[in-house]
Amino acid sequence: MGAAVAFEGVVALLDRFPALAGVDLSVQAGEMVCLRGPNGAGKSTLLRACAGLVPVRGERADVLGFDLRAQRRAVRPYVGLLGHRSPLYGDLRVDDQLRHCADVHRAGPTEVSAAIERFALGGRLGEVAIRRLSEGQQRRVALACLTIARPRLWLLDEPHAGLDTSSRDALDELLADAVNAGATVMFATHETGRSRVAAARQVMLAGGRVEQAAPSDSQDGANDVA
Amino acid sequence: MWREIWLVCRKDLIIEWRARVTLIQIVPTVLLVLVVFAFALDANPSLLGEGAGGLFWVAVLFGAVLGAKRSFDIEAEGGNLDALRLGGLAPAAILWGKAAALALQLVLVGAFAAAGLLVLYSVTVHEWLLIVVAGLCGMAAFAICGTLYGAMTVGLRSADTLLPLLLIPVAAPVLLAGTRAFDVALGTSADQGWSWTALLAVVLVTYIAVGWAAAGPLLEDA
Repeated sequence: MGAAVAFEGVVALLDRFPALAGVDLSVQAGEMVCLRGPNGAGKSTLLRACAGLVPVRGERADVLGFDLRAQRRAVRPYVGLLGHRSPLYGDLRVDDQLRHCADVHRAGPTEVSAAIERFALGGRLGEVAIRRLSEGQQRRVALACLTIARPRLWLLDEPHAGLDTSSRDALDELLADAVNAGATVMFATHETGRSRVAAARQVMLAGGRVEQAAPSDSQDGANDVA
Repeated sequence: MWREIWLVCRKDLIIEWRARVTLIQIVPTVLLVLVVFAFALDANPSLLGEGAGGLFWVAVLFGAVLGAKRSFDIEAEGGNLDALRLGGLAPAAILWGKAAALALQLVLVGAFAAAGLLVLYSVTVHEWLLIVVAGLCGMAAFAICGTLYGAMTVGLRSADTLLPLLLIPVAAPVLLAGTRAFDVALGTSADQGWSWTALLAVVLVTYIAVGWAAAGPLLEDA
């Protein structure tokens, strides 16, 4: 399989600050990559850049075959991004929100039902306003929306934050299923104890650059970095 | 494109239906403005009647500022605008969907404000058609203008103060032409009411043209 992400010397400026200062990174299609690094290392900006939401420059900036330097908008429908905050409308009910996601991504009722079942959002919870849900429940709704979107590239920023144990397990299972189905997953996390996190290739960022990246076919290197 | 516009518009209307911010907060604010003017000019009822058209548009403009702010607050919350962009929606579809939803909410605000005029200011409508056509053109113009500036200021720390500062001067032609048309419709002026309504329509078309041109850059950089 080809590269889902191919960055060479990628630079991204946020208010003139180089949040990415020459990133070299290659992620193969169907791979799961865990981004690590201290706060401000550029993990979130790297994820947003891969989603085509941040203008980038550099020698090469390809995501899913689209050149981000010229086609930032074109890659977006194939990418799913879950940032620090859950992109949800607080005044909508859970079922309204899921229906909206399904309509935007042209998903059918089967996908919606599967997402509801996977994240236990059925029953009376569907009629509750999102604003009234706990942080963990809101995270589950956001993950359900991501599932409905069926992206080819999953970009997740601290996806385990705020989730209880069973929801964390469900998320790990979801990511494994996505990879098995051929999607690529990149996530940033400070977690260390979870098996799925340990199983992913580890990429260390610092100061807007990739400091250390284990080769995609080597888990030994991954453990060194972690 | 029409499907995408409808998706965004329907989503905003469902949010309004669930939260009822327009009905519970914006409409009462607009009515309060009319009541305050009624108290202030109570000693001179004829002046109140003569200024009714202008007071209507000032009150609705306040409502438009609140509505535009609210329309983009819900998108800034949690990064919802990014989610819409990642859904592959065209910037123009997001802009026109939100403008359509805001226009419908302003029609509701305008209907309550008009009822407020009839009750509080004891005005008589001489030309209902002129009121309706000028009112709809004005609400649509306010909605487009408000959406454009809402998109421009979304996510800015100074958005609360910047939005009215930018919106009110640009909406002044609507305020002026709308007031003149309403003055004729309420029988307080012998001017050419339909000429002022035609000017309103020209302003509306201008805002639409600016909206088409600005949607991409505004929502790409927001």
